[in-house]
Amino acid sequence: MTASADPSFDAGREPLLAPRTAVTVVLLAVLALVPVYAMLSGDGFALTLFTRVLILALGAVSLNLIMGYGGMVSFGHAAYLGIGGYAVGILAKEGIGSGLVQWPVAIAVSALYALVVGALSLRTRGVYFIMITLAFAQMIYYVAIGLDRYGGDDGLTIYRRSQFGGVIDLNNKTLFYYLCFALLLTSIYLVARIVNSRFGLVIQGARSNERRMRAIGFPTFRYKLVCFVIAGALCGLAGALLANLTNFISPALMHWTRSGDLIVMVVLGGLGTPFGPLIGAVAFLLLEEGLSRVTEYPDLILGPILLLVAIYVHGGIEGLLVGRRDG
Amino acid sequence: MAEALLQIEDLTKRFGGVVPADAITLAIAPGEVHAVIGPNGAGKTTLIGLLSGELAPWQGHIRFDGADITRLPVYRRSQLGLARSFQITSLFRGFTALDNVALAVQAHRGHSFRFWRDARGEDELRKPALAALARVGLAGRAGVRIERLSHGELRQLEIAMALATQPRRLLLDEPMAGLGSEESAQMVRLLRELKGSMTILLVEHDMEAVFALADRITVMVYGRIIASGDPLAVRADTAGRQAYLGEKDDKENAGREGRHA
Repeated sequence: MTASADPSFDAGREPLLAPRTAVTVVLLAVLALVPVYAMLSGDGFALTLFTRVLILALGAVSLNLIMGYGGMVSFGHAAYLGIGGYAVGILAKEGIGSGLVQWPVAIAVSALYALVVGALSLRTRGVYFIMITLAFAQMIYYVAIGLDRYGGDDGLTIYRRSQFGGVIDLNNKTLFYYLCFALLLTSIYLVARIVNSRFGLVIQGARSNERRMRAIGFPTFRYKLVCFVIAGALCGLAGALLANLTNFISPALMHWTRSGDLIVMVVLGGLGTPFGPLIGAVAFLLLEEGLSRVTEYPDLILGPILLLVAIYVHGGIEGLLVGRRDG
Repeated sequence: MAEALLQIEDLTKRFGGVVPADAITLAIAPGEVHAVIGPNGAGKTTLIGLLSGELAPWQGHIRFDGADITRLPVYRRSQLGLARSFQITSLFRGFTALDNVALAVQAHRGHSFRFWRDARGEDELRKPALAALARVGLAGRAGVRIERLSHGELRQLEIAMALATQPRRLLLDEPMAGLGSEESAQMVRLLRELKGSMTILLVEHDMEAVFALADRITVMVYGRIIASGDPLAVRADTAGRQAYLGEKDDKENAGREGRHA
């Protein structure tokens, strides 16, 4: 290895929006055409399934920001889905149907919750961090069960989707699908910008070596906390979308297994890669859907697949596709 | 010693019954290279922990440029101009050499709550980082991921990281650790170039390097300072020689035992 032998002056950086592989492009094209297929074939279920995929992918994008780039393994990320969903459901029940109120509230309350959880959990690390985020999520889960006025354990039906003054009609399934798609792509772009900004490099540096970060002069805690809040807000939006998709909210929205699902999607797709969460969400949810049709125990097959990915494929599916060197 | 840049007074640290730093009092003048030597277990690592802020002292004070920094967190000390290198290379994996140094530059360019602009495209960060790399002789390796750098290059990068924060005082924790003789000589040359432009506290086992660089030497044994002064005086001082020779004997004994085993 001689000096200046390395032409890749910027090795180690993640590209912005530019999809790095044909597979990513194809996947995006397929996703863009799902409503067309649904319309031609009359398969309404496919549209609903893929809307769900996009929304959970948004949640995975959010988790990837803190977990993939920041090394903060939150095992309570479904709590934001619940908070976002309940914000929409509770406001709807109380007669406030405007999405211009519901969605900002969903995002703001999620951010506030993230601020509290982050302020406490980010003082710990490793297993303790995982346990605290899980404990908070379980707390919120039981709070939701205790909300008798809003259905308690049984959940709450939302009779009207969020209203946008007649400009956007969320009852139009195709429109709703494309809205989710647009929000997902926007969030992927946003995260890609953030992780390569000064802020993002601090977050990545703290994942890699927090002790050194402090030694060179970074108060890492406050940066990680802000990152945690951004991720929480983003996932709160996903929760608001999910409530609009299902017209129903219940504590099951934030069951801890759902937090696990989100982690699996991120790991499956490739930690710390821009499109990894989307690829992971598509793979995970379609596998789950497909397997549940052929067997009563889809997890029996899903489990070993995840095990193989975790052991053999660093960088997840996206890593496999682009031959990413794990560094 | 009002003019000392770094003033350590009565600094004490206890871990249970062990006292790795026992009433250490030391003054380091601006521009001086001050070496701390002593056998393993003498408390050198503890001293570094106390000075960098990773350990809190039992009692005593640390003053930097007149200000009491005894209770300041690590990152604040760095912002004041106290940089350190690590004995065991401590860098950011997955990043290039230039990324690593640029991050150190960034730490001293205001807050980093900037979310949009590509930080790798900012001349304000890249140029000083490249300059720091050039200073340690790594300019040609700027774009290489650190996983592909040699051990010697990583040691140089350690120094570049510390330099990039434009420190007034540099705390070097065994910069020669694990280096071959040629690499060591290169490192000594590099540190000699830095001499005069900043105050350096050097903790080092390599006696050749210490005597080549230090203006003053402090010898620590069992958490105490047993000698402190200019190199010739310390060399002549029996206590100092014993501390140094004692360690050497230990190593030789260990080697001999190893051969017999």
